[in-house]
Amino acid sequence: MKMLKGGYMGNKNKMETRNLNLYYKGFQALINVSLPIKENTVTALIGPSGCGKSTFLRTLNRMNDVIDGTRIEGEVLLDNDSIYDVGVDPVVLRKKVGMVFQRPNPFPMSIYDNIAYGPRIHGHKKKDTLNEIVENSLRAAALWDEVKDRLHKSALGLSGGQQQRLVIARVLAVDPQVILMDEPASALDPISTAKLEDLIHQLKSNYTIVIVTHNMQQAARVSDFTGFFLNGEMIEYDVTNTIFTAPRIKRTEDYITGRFG
Amino acid sequence: MMSKRLKEKAGFGALAVLTFMAVVPVVSIIGYLIWIGWPALTWEFLTQPPRKFLTEGGIFPAIIGTMALTVGTILVALPLGIGTAIYLVEYSRENFFTKLIRIAIINLAGVPSVVYGLFGMGMFVLTLGLGRSLAAGALTLGILTLPIIISTAEEALLAVPDSYRYASLALGATRWQTVRRVVLPVALPSILTGAILGIGRAAGETAPIMFTAAVVYTPRLPDSVYDQVMALPYHLYAISTEVPNVSQQMAFGAALVLLAIVGAMNLVAVVIRTKMRLKRMR
Amino acid sequence: MKTRLSDYYEKGIKYLLGLIAGTSILILFLIFFLLFREGIGAFHYVGVLDFIFGTKWLPVSEPPHFGALPMIIGSIIVTLGAGIIAIPAGIGIAVYLAEVAPRSVREIAKAVIELLAGIPSVVYGFLGLTVLAPIIKDLLDLPSALTAFTAALVLAIMALPTVVSISEDALDAVPREYREASLALGATKWETTVKIVLPSARSGLMAASMLGLGRAVGETMAVLMVAGNAMIIPHSIFDPVRTITANIAAEMGETVQGGLHYQALFGLGIILFTITFVINLITDLIFTKTSSVKRGASL
Repeated sequence: MKMLKGGYMGNKNKMETRNLNLYYKGFQALINVSLPIKENTVTALIGPSGCGKSTFLRTLNRMNDVIDGTRIEGEVLLDNDSIYDVGVDPVVLRKKVGMVFQRPNPFPMSIYDNIAYGPRIHGHKKKDTLNEIVENSLRAAALWDEVKDRLHKSALGLSGGQQQRLVIARVLAVDPQVILMDEPASALDPISTAKLEDLIHQLKSNYTIVIVTHNMQQAARVSDFTGFFLNGEMIEYDVTNTIFTAPRIKRTEDYITGRFG
Repeated sequence: MMSKRLKEKAGFGALAVLTFMAVVPVVSIIGYLIWIGWPALTWEFLTQPPRKFLTEGGIFPAIIGTMALTVGTILVALPLGIGTAIYLVEYSRENFFTKLIRIAIINLAGVPSVVYGLFGMGMFVLTLGLGRSLAAGALTLGILTLPIIISTAEEALLAVPDSYRYASLALGATRWQTVRRVVLPVALPSILTGAILGIGRAAGETAPIMFTAAVVYTPRLPDSVYDQVMALPYHLYAISTEVPNVSQQMAFGAALVLLAIVGAMNLVAVVIRTKMRLKRMR
Repeated sequence: MKTRLSDYYEKGIKYLLGLIAGTSILILFLIFFLLFREGIGAFHYVGVLDFIFGTKWLPVSEPPHFGALPMIIGSIIVTLGAGIIAIPAGIGIAVYLAEVAPRSVREIAKAVIELLAGIPSVVYGFLGLTVLAPIIKDLLDLPSALTAFTAALVLAIMALPTVVSISEDALDAVPREYREASLALGATKWETTVKIVLPSARSGLMAASMLGLGRAVGETMAVLMVAGNAMIIPHSIFDPVRTITANIAAEMGETVQGGLHYQALFGLGIILFTITFVINLITDLIFTKTSSVKRGASL
């Protein structure tokens, strides 16, 4: 098992951060974070709340631009190009690096319009194309069979778990390369969570996934690599199995065995 | 213990009586207005121009004039008001400019309507040379309504959860795409509610139009924005104070029509809001 | 290239919206500017102090007199009168609605109050003139009921919705914990209301009062129709008075643009603008205080 997962080590770096520092109104929220994100794998970021893992995630598609008073140093690379270069349009970047939030946040529109939202703003107008994208995305998110008869009903009528898969389908519809997930299961019940984890497994073959979670079992179940964050620093990064069975650093072990809570 | 309870009963009882005493006379006076005014509302009254120094005939030009002024107010106030609110909520960070805008809005909201009338006359009628006209009146009323529309639209936009904005931006939408396709549709019912309430107020205003747009009598309907018009509020003022020998019934009729127009607008706003509230509960 | 084009589009929209937002500042500035440009001549001719404290307003006599004191006093009397009636009544009604009234009564009352707030002032003036004034005349046996008292009463009715709804918001904002703590100590609901709820909501209630006064002082049509409009310094509240607003509305139609009388009316506009500006400032200070108190409590 360990060998098999270790096999992903050979994958190329889809994204990478180098000595990333982030300041928020004079407070340093990330300290020298260097982390590779391998293509077609799932990377989990764990750590106690407030450790900077969600902040880190938001630097990967520049969603932190939206928040006033943040400043960044260091590099974030996507396919070896810096995403913070002056020439880079965050709007174009976010099309490539999609994001799923903690709480399911479907728009108050029909299921169909939710999925078609992204393709439409990116210029797809033809009905046939849109229909196809909507169906494919819903299928890929394992939601098609549950909603195919109510595509034009409000998305707010879906259950929490369905909403979260809908949101993932909405991200898939803009055809991203990387998907960031910020504690996507924290508002879900156990059955929905299991479905979501299955989905993450399936998506791995086509996408690169980074998931922030406070649930260590979940990190162990879904991810190939794990990074442990504490007080804005990345303490340890390794193959998931190694992190959970033989961490090199004492603080990682303390956290994993529950001493940090 | 007994006297404590007694005191409570007396106190709250007095307040209940007070409420009753304030509401009942006002409501019954309005009931009286409807009672007296109702018979005046004949087809002729609503569709004919006035005759014989306003003592006979109808109020048709005044109804049309008020409607034209209302449409003009909408054209002035809605784009400016909603645009300002979008800028304040969606585009700007708190800085000197936005602080200045907020101070301006607060102060504009407190300016008495008669001062708007003076301003409209000095600015639009005389300085810009629009003359006493529909355009000058609509601009004046539009400016008067602006603060209400800005503040209700701002509240409506602030009530849209940020998670919608983040989701849209994370899908690669631009700021404007996010505003136009996600935020505005969600906020629209509340924005409309506020806008209708504000414009209903403007439709009943007298002081701002008496120097800028309205005349006591013209049989002609306006056919350009440079025409002067009759308007219901001013008509009501004129026939109840300045024009002699107007029958009480005609005056009550005019008041009732004005009340009905303004009341209908308020009612629409309240219905939209109630519908929204119910939808949210579901 | 495509991204850059859409970038310009986005920027363009942002600047357009900024420009729109800036119009509020421009308008306020223009109002200032215009009032002073048109009105300053009157102050020059009469002198600021004589304009404010002069007791004779004879715009068409030869030479004309422009003393605004009777109108300033008229405005103050009518506004204070309205406040004396509307503030206690409004707060009392708000307490009844917020603290004791059953839900259904409360909802209905709120809807009625909102509709009352929407009634145009000319309709209030009309009803004051045709319905209320004759009743008052008979009741109090006055030669004419078009007096400061009637005007104050009509204004009070008009200001009531403002006072009630803002007071009610202020009472609603008092945390439930305060009430529960007081009740749990054995206080009656009445004692809780008087000793805990009202003091806690004090600044909100003050803001409601100020806004009510602000509405009353700027009110024009209703006062013009019921106050009697005599240009005298009143000796009692049963004398007819003329307010600043009413005088502007009544005389503007007769003036010649740029003439002294025209300028004097803009001069009155400046005085009125200043009064409401001060009232706004006070209200705003109270509001800022309230919100900081709230923020402090939530931390």
